[in-house]
Amino acid sequence: MNLGLVIPVFAGATTATVLLGLISKWIDRKVTAWIQWRKGPPWYQPLADIIKLLGKETIVPHAAGGTGFLLMPLVGFATVSVAATILWWSNLNPESGFIGDVIVVLYLLTIPAITIILGGSASGNPLAAVGAAREMKLLLAYELPMLLVILAAIFGATTTDSSTGLAASFQLGTIKTAHTVGFAASLGCVIGFLISLMCIQAKLGLVPFDMVEAECEIATGPFIEYSGAPLAIIHLTRVMLLAVMPLFIITIFWGGFSFNSFGMILASLGKYVLVLVVLILVRNTNPRIRIDHALRFFWYILTPLAIVALTLSMAKGF
Amino acid sequence: MGLKTWALKKSIWLYHANVGACNNCDIEVVDCLTPRYDIERFGMLLAGSPRHADALVVTGICTCQARPRLQELYLQMAKPCVVLCIGACACTGGIFRPCYHFDGPVDKVIREVDPDAIIAYVPGCPPKPEAIISGALKALDAIPC
Repeated sequence: MNLGLVIPVFAGATTATVLLGLISKWIDRKVTAWIQWRKGPPWYQPLADIIKLLGKETIVPHAAGGTGFLLMPLVGFATVSVAATILWWSNLNPESGFIGDVIVVLYLLTIPAITIILGGSASGNPLAAVGAAREMKLLLAYELPMLLVILAAIFGATTTDSSTGLAASFQLGTIKTAHTVGFAASLGCVIGFLISLMCIQAKLGLVPFDMVEAECEIATGPFIEYSGAPLAIIHLTRVMLLAVMPLFIITIFWGGFSFNSFGMILASLGKYVLVLVVLILVRNTNPRIRIDHALRFFWYILTPLAIVALTLSMAKGF
Repeated sequence: MGLKTWALKKSIWLYHANVGACNNCDIEVVDCLTPRYDIERFGMLLAGSPRHADALVVTGICTCQARPRLQELYLQMAKPCVVLCIGACACTGGIFRPCYHFDGPVDKVIREVDPDAIIAYVPGCPPKPEAIISGALKALDAIPC
């Protein structure tokens, strides 16, 4: 990829992700409303929310560390944009990535959570500190099974015959186009997909794992002191994550997106909508659990399952 | 109407402050969120933090203890914002006006910290949810474009 192409690709991928995210956010609110027997907001609602927040006053509290407080939402937005660019690019041109881009994307998708921790801590609010502490524990909880199942997908995509197979399968394009061979490896990847669904539920802060914000308990936690444009950027970042996280696990476990023919476009959209609706249904049919319950769930239930998935997909190689 | 005003009118987040109400008006405010009225149709949501809110929904007479808190809440909100006085107590003090703990009404308390505050009055004991929704829309019409 030459340098002249970087800026248009970056701008295009970010815009596409924002649009997809805004539509997903609207679907989320609309489906939630239907489940609760309400009518729900009009289609432009997430966009109106963000434009409104951009036009409002930005308040920096006396107790806040101004630079970190205002910088962190921007850092989160930037990292999600870069992750989205790498994901879209390796979906559209599977052979054009670089070895290890899956690791880069994993790191980039961890940074928004860290910016929430830092921004919340910088705001000087005790409720934000509680939220930031919970985000830190939640990050430790879901990253372990998430990394294990992604490793399972990497082993599932490894070709046995070539000596460089393992190195090449640390590449998003290779994982996307690989056909998992054998029953054990396929089973491992299916379990991995289900586990990763629950991990992104926590990564997106959706309801069973929304103890970080917990609106009626700690009044949106780390975001409590944000207003105006920084809050708009936080909402934009979360909207983009709602598009990027399903895209990421679809790329890893479910053949990714492709737009070569009409049928392919329909299949890609179908996969995305299915993952999104599962996330929304889980969010609407569960109560918020406590942080220690979440930790126990991810470490004592999902991590052993993830190890089983990893073993199954490694078993094919031997 | 500019884009900014359009977005503000289509996406009003409410922060509910009870400054000494008998809980009847609070029930009517919560009624607005139920499937029967569903104010999310108009983009209205209950916000968890006053920093996120565009409308301060006040119920109650404003007691001596609540007075400084109410002023602090108003100052914490990002401008432009509006205040909704829900119920007879918030508008005038109602039947509790001669009581020893009355230190309102709400509009006087808010005007002390911001003389130009946009305040809508929704009278009733309690007001109907329709009246609350209509009051919110009228207050937003008063925001200068």
